Amino acid sequence: MMYDWLFSLTGNEILAMFIVSLLPLFAFILPFALIAVLAERKVSAHMQDRLGPMRVGYHGILQTVADIIKLLQKEDLVATATDKTLFNFAPLLVFMGSYAAFAAIPFSGFFIGSKIDLGIIFIVGVTGLVVAGILMAGWASNNKYSLLGAMRAAAQIISYEIPTLLIILTIVVLTGTLSLYDLSEIQTAYFWNWLIFGGPFFGLQKLLLIPLMILSCLIIYTSTLAEVNRTPFDIPEAESELVSGYHTEYSGMKFAMFFLAEYANMFAVSAIVAILFFGGYQSPFGYLGNSLGWSWLVPVEQFFWFTAKGLFFVFVQMWLRWTLPRFRVDQLMAFCWKYLIPFSFVILLIVGLITLM
Amino acid sequence: MRDYIVKFWQGLFTILIGMKVTFKHLFVPAVTIQYPSVKPQLPERERNRLYVNMDDCIGCDQCSRACPVSCIEIETVKSIPGEVLGTTSNGKKKALWVTKFNIDFAKCCYCQLCVFPCPTECIYMTDVYEFSEFSRESLVYDFVTLLPEEREQKKKNFEELQAKKEAEKIAAAKKAAEEKAAAQANKPEEPKSDNKEENKQ
Repeated sequence: MMYDWLFSLTGNEILAMFIVSLLPLFAFILPFALIAVLAERKVSAHMQDRLGPMRVGYHGILQTVADIIKLLQKEDLVATATDKTLFNFAPLLVFMGSYAAFAAIPFSGFFIGSKIDLGIIFIVGVTGLVVAGILMAGWASNNKYSLLGAMRAAAQIISYEIPTLLIILTIVVLTGTLSLYDLSEIQTAYFWNWLIFGGPFFGLQKLLLIPLMILSCLIIYTSTLAEVNRTPFDIPEAESELVSGYHTEYSGMKFAMFFLAEYANMFAVSAIVAILFFGGYQSPFGYLGNSLGWSWLVPVEQFFWFTAKGLFFVFVQMWLRWTLPRFRVDQLMAFCWKYLIPFSFVILLIVGLITLM
Repeated sequence: MRDYIVKFWQGLFTILIGMKVTFKHLFVPAVTIQYPSVKPQLPERERNRLYVNMDDCIGCDQCSRACPVSCIEIETVKSIPGEVLGTTSNGKKKALWVTKFNIDFAKCCYCQLCVFPCPTECIYMTDVYEFSEFSRESLVYDFVTLLPEEREQKKKNFEELQAKKEAEKIAAAKKAAEEKAAAQANKPEEPKSDNKEENKQ
């Protein structure tokens, strides 16, 4: 494991812990956010037959770097009527919530922040801080539209957590583990062991599981998409209705923190889908490191596969964003309560029966 | 129940159709033109900034009179005998010095009405459309090819010529008057020629 390796390397527990806890941020989330913001703009542009940013660097690859520098230089405005304490604390809380989720995500068999047994429940629980932060931001802004956006966000995230949790429960029933590391290890070897293809089961059980798993994958993908407030579920920050929801009043670095949290959340959610249904960090067809006998190559390959899967789902999120229009509030609630929740209950029931077989 | 399932399936299926469309567009070449570095192809008869080829201008003032917003200001001075102004490209002889030919592009409405009356086709539309300025004064374009001193010189020449002619005229008139007086003194019984002389004066 990363921590043990660093501990043996540095000989200092605190230093090793420090590096392990900061590594996902500096080695992963920040570069990811930089790339994802650019990718979002490029994908959106090309889907609309435009070019997107083209001026800063070759084909605009340094655009986000320039934007970050601009955000850093900006004046940190705080309106007089805001609740200062909550206003300043909210972006931190939102970022904390999305960053803490990365603690339990296995980037590879070697690199997990914390190998806790309750991994998936920890992630679901700790991302609850995001709701609190968003509500806090909307309330403290003392602005009608911000508050409306925050209320919508809270309502939406809480509603959509139900189908998410039901599908997670289905997976837990099927595999008997809550640890994301164990979940990834179960789906090892070849891609037909991934849970989307019925998991490591045989015969009739696998055949019965495949359609259910595809359906539950779609459900969890949709509901987690709603949880990170992205189009078509972006009613909390609907630009055309609410200016931009709870982060209207924020500027400079605080706004950047919301932004960073949003993109970190996007990846966290994609990673959860990848871990639950697409084998996490497992390669779809064995490892080059194993066949060559270079054991050090395996974690690197695992990291590659994990990021590749995560980025693919992030791309699908962007793809959906530029395909579908925004839901109305009542449609949003109806979709959750009338379609996703009944379907996930039925899936839970059937999967429960299958595991009894 | 059947309706419910059909709805769910249709929702899912139509999303996939939409995604197919957007995915196709991901590979469609962009229609964006990278403007300052790549200029768009302008239509054949586009109307942009005017240009006056002063070598061909005969100072006839027709463009100025055709202008609906009076943005062209022309002043001309007659040439004095002996000055050679040359000919225009279509063989017209120039007779006037153009001492002022200002076009105010802040006023110009790019209607192209000044282009058609020009007898020598010396005023025409170019394809230049990037000529923004920081002050309105700098949008007044001076097309005259003469130097300011030359313009003054031409005006002075003409005035001198005028003055000379005037002086000559006065002198001639004086002479005529004297002659008339002399003639009257000599032949007082000739009223017809007398009247003529008076009329001339």
